[in-house]
Amino acid sequence: MEALSKKRIDEEKVSLDPDEFIDPETLKLEILSKYPPKVARKKAKQIIVNRKETEEKYPEIQANVRTVPGIISQRGCCYAGCKGVVMGPTRDIINLTHGPIGCGFYSWLTRRNQTDPSTTPDGHNFMNYCFSTDMEDKEIIFGGEKKLRAAIQEAYDIFKPKMISVFATCPVGLIGDDVHAVTREMEEKLGITIFGFSCEGYKGVSQSAGHHVANNGLFQHVIGLDNTVKDGDYRVNLLGEYNIGGDAFEIERILNKCGITIISTFSGNSSVDFFANSHTADLNLIMCHRSINYVAEMMEKKYGIPWFKINFLSAGAMSQSLRKIAEYYGEQKLIDRVEEVIAEEMPAVEKAQAEVRPRLEGKLAMMFVGGSRAHHYQEMFREMGMIPFCAGYEFAHRDDYEGRQVLPNLKVDADSRNIQELDVEKDPERYNPRISIEELEALERNSIKLRDYEGMMTDMPSGTIVIDDISQYETERLLETYKPAVFCAGIKEKYSVQKHGIPMKQLHSYDNGGPYAGYRGAINFYHEIDRMVNSKVWDHIKAPWEKSPELAARYTYE
Amino acid sequence: MKTQEKIEYKATSNACKLCSPLGASFVFRGIERSIPLLHGSQGCSTYIRRYLISHFNEPVDIACSNFTEETAVFGGGANLKLAVENIIKQYNPKLIGIATTCLSETIGEDVPMILKGYNKEKFDENFPEIVSVSTPSFSGTHIDGFHGAVRAVVDSIAVKKKISTKQINIFSGMLSPADLRHLKEIVSDFSTDYAMLPDYSDTLDGPLWMEYQEIPEGGTKIEKIASMGDAAASIEFGRILAEEESAGKLLTDRFQVPCYSLGLPIGVNETDAFFNALSIITGRPVPEKYIQERGRLIDSYADGHKYVFDARAVVYGEEDLVTGLASFLSEVGIIPIICASGGESGLLKQKILDIIPDAENIGIRIIEGADFVEINEEAKKIDPDFFIGNSKGYRIAREMKKPLIRVGFPIHDRLGGARIIHVGYRGAQQLFDIISNTIIATRQDTSPVGYTYM
Repeated sequence: MEALSKKRIDEEKVSLDPDEFIDPETLKLEILSKYPPKVARKKAKQIIVNRKETEEKYPEIQANVRTVPGIISQRGCCYAGCKGVVMGPTRDIINLTHGPIGCGFYSWLTRRNQTDPSTTPDGHNFMNYCFSTDMEDKEIIFGGEKKLRAAIQEAYDIFKPKMISVFATCPVGLIGDDVHAVTREMEEKLGITIFGFSCEGYKGVSQSAGHHVANNGLFQHVIGLDNTVKDGDYRVNLLGEYNIGGDAFEIERILNKCGITIISTFSGNSSVDFFANSHTADLNLIMCHRSINYVAEMMEKKYGIPWFKINFLSAGAMSQSLRKIAEYYGEQKLIDRVEEVIAEEMPAVEKAQAEVRPRLEGKLAMMFVGGSRAHHYQEMFREMGMIPFCAGYEFAHRDDYEGRQVLPNLKVDADSRNIQELDVEKDPERYNPRISIEELEALERNSIKLRDYEGMMTDMPSGTIVIDDISQYETERLLETYKPAVFCAGIKEKYSVQKHGIPMKQLHSYDNGGPYAGYRGAINFYHEIDRMVNSKVWDHIKAPWEKSPELAARYTYE
Repeated sequence: MKTQEKIEYKATSNACKLCSPLGASFVFRGIERSIPLLHGSQGCSTYIRRYLISHFNEPVDIACSNFTEETAVFGGGANLKLAVENIIKQYNPKLIGIATTCLSETIGEDVPMILKGYNKEKFDENFPEIVSVSTPSFSGTHIDGFHGAVRAVVDSIAVKKKISTKQINIFSGMLSPADLRHLKEIVSDFSTDYAMLPDYSDTLDGPLWMEYQEIPEGGTKIEKIASMGDAAASIEFGRILAEEESAGKLLTDRFQVPCYSLGLPIGVNETDAFFNALSIITGRPVPEKYIQERGRLIDSYADGHKYVFDARAVVYGEEDLVTGLASFLSEVGIIPIICASGGESGLLKQKILDIIPDAENIGIRIIEGADFVEINEEAKKIDPDFFIGNSKGYRIAREMKKPLIRVGFPIHDRLGGARIIHVGYRGAQQLFDIISNTIIATRQDTSPVGYTYM
């Protein structure tokens, strides 16, 4: 892509005065000068002005490295990633937090995950509940295993769930409570699947560690429990889609319309029943690469299910992903059906694009969110004519920025080492490679890349800014310097952005909105961004006497 | 009183309390140029920030010492010092308020000891006040963290210079920014100087920024806290707090500053006691403005009592808030049929009895250490008219098809949690109008006729 130079910004009528355009490299130096030298050295590797060095190579970014104490970051903890993100959206498992009350309370359905319990026969839905052992002084001193046992028994007696999982919080690991031993014991006693997660908050660098722990737990304890093969010509799992604001419902609608069957979604609108036979699917589609790639890799090793990356956010990416799936299966019936569906859906999308473009064309957008969303939403903004100018992740790793080819070169540091890597082998009975080596090569010749993710930076023009684990201070400097038309992040940044009179869209939990995935979602999103950016409330930021002081000072007799 | 029927659950389902470092963060956000710093895992500060932010709709920065696995094993001293240093460099604060977490408390971190060995020289005069408070989330609830932090700040900053002042110290308890503004207005109208701690009326409810503010403007000034030892008197709200260690009592013990321990001034009775105390301390009569305000409130009670009389309310939240609301509700003829709190001071029952001596005969149920599953079970038995409390009660109110009147903290499914006035005659007026109209609207909507005239 062409460099996003001062000249190009001028041509694209960006809402910046080209004379005042501050070079990203200059801004970077300014930001770094505010930090103590040691912090500045570290931060210098996390603030990157994007540029294509060679055909394959983009600058290296430091990611998944500990946040410096005292720097206010937006990152969460291992427990948050495990319980809140990956396990939280599953409706029929009882998620029991073993710890003092805070952790359970704060992760109590704050992510606006939706679910439809009518699609599982028992209709179980525990998502509105927040279960905690509520440890108090005496458990910290004498151990909390007794209370944990009692709590599991109680949950079983009251709700008769199919499955219970237990999440260890910070003090649990330290006082030596063994959640795995207790859950094994209770599993034997009660005869349902019960397992624990060692997801103490201090583990790893961010919530990303918790995603990995959750992936391991699902793979070891749930996936593969039920060998029933469901009907369907094209049977896929959707990985890393959490059904915020109903995204998964819209994706399901489109895939079903194409004749594609979803065996299980990890973990939006999910049931443990779906997880249990997800190993019978033909193909794993990965939405959020960061949070779920571990399960995909392990399922491929053990069961022979191939995976590839898709993106269902934005109409363009949706169509492209559908075509990729159709090409993978290579059956004319599916290829034709996908084209029919795209042709049916696109007129409404194009109409909406045409409507909003004149009001949004050339305006700057910034997005600092998640481990995938900062990438996924860029296409959405381009469809509105906007320019994704700065982006970054909260908890991603280098492969999410630069692409998976960097994986062999990643250094394993102490923080990554203490998250277990499972040794996975072929399942003696159930391993079944869905695709032969020859077929795989043929696909790659048609540029359908399996097991690959190209990363966010390769998709951004030179001259754009990429920041990993952006701090509050850096956010403020970006806003001040480039005055974007819209800034996307989460609730923690929301109000400081709005304090500047800049519209802010929450891309973690979507404010009160959604769905944004798929075609209808894209239309929703275009309209919402249009309404936000062009809202009349921004006209009132300055009072009339601030806009033109001479007006206020004029006397009536003049 | 039917507390004996309570089923003893082992687990807590849908808690009616938050953890203590959250309360401490509240307080530190209400001091001028102050940064809260949690000594623990970064998840703690992130979770607490997200909760405060979603209630106040304001930026809330809380720093963290970012424990890792090694820190958890070998101690967090180095991390804490590094955090303090980075905060000073970035924010140049006047105060850093350190609150511990269950993680640092479990490994037995001694924060004052760690800070003792700190080399202040390298920061010249820019070294801020550092106050630390022990807030393990396995003891007590967020309100204990709140009061603990207030006490810790007073303990380490207040002095007595032996200059007698007319200053009144106000320890408001966990109220809304609008409440704090109203309290300041009232005290100012008695023409007296005051020190209110904390004061997050600006820091957690401010206007748009014309330029970036590293730390939002406002908050109790450090000098004001320092002068608390010379004050004429302290007023401290909370009937439960009155029985516990507190900042007001510390000032009495150490500097002989008299302390008036009052209930949260919600409703006429408790507000009268507040105005009475102000009148006694300042030697001034209650300003005409408030006599008028009280008059209008009682006039509306006279007009509205017939609509609300004998309505039954489920009240939940912090123990002192529940006590205050129960006092207000019972004075207008509404029965607080369930008074529930996640707090476990063991005092709630007695405090409600002090206010409503015949609570037992009316069938009022008091649930201490409650969670929402228990509140739900009790509520189903009595078919109440409405719920009053924070957003967390919405699920059960929805299930029972009853209105929920949102007060207290956290309110994250409506705008304006920060702007609710609970206290004073003005607060009572707003609550009375909202409650009366909610009851009237429910009757109107469910009536086959739907009269448009009362």
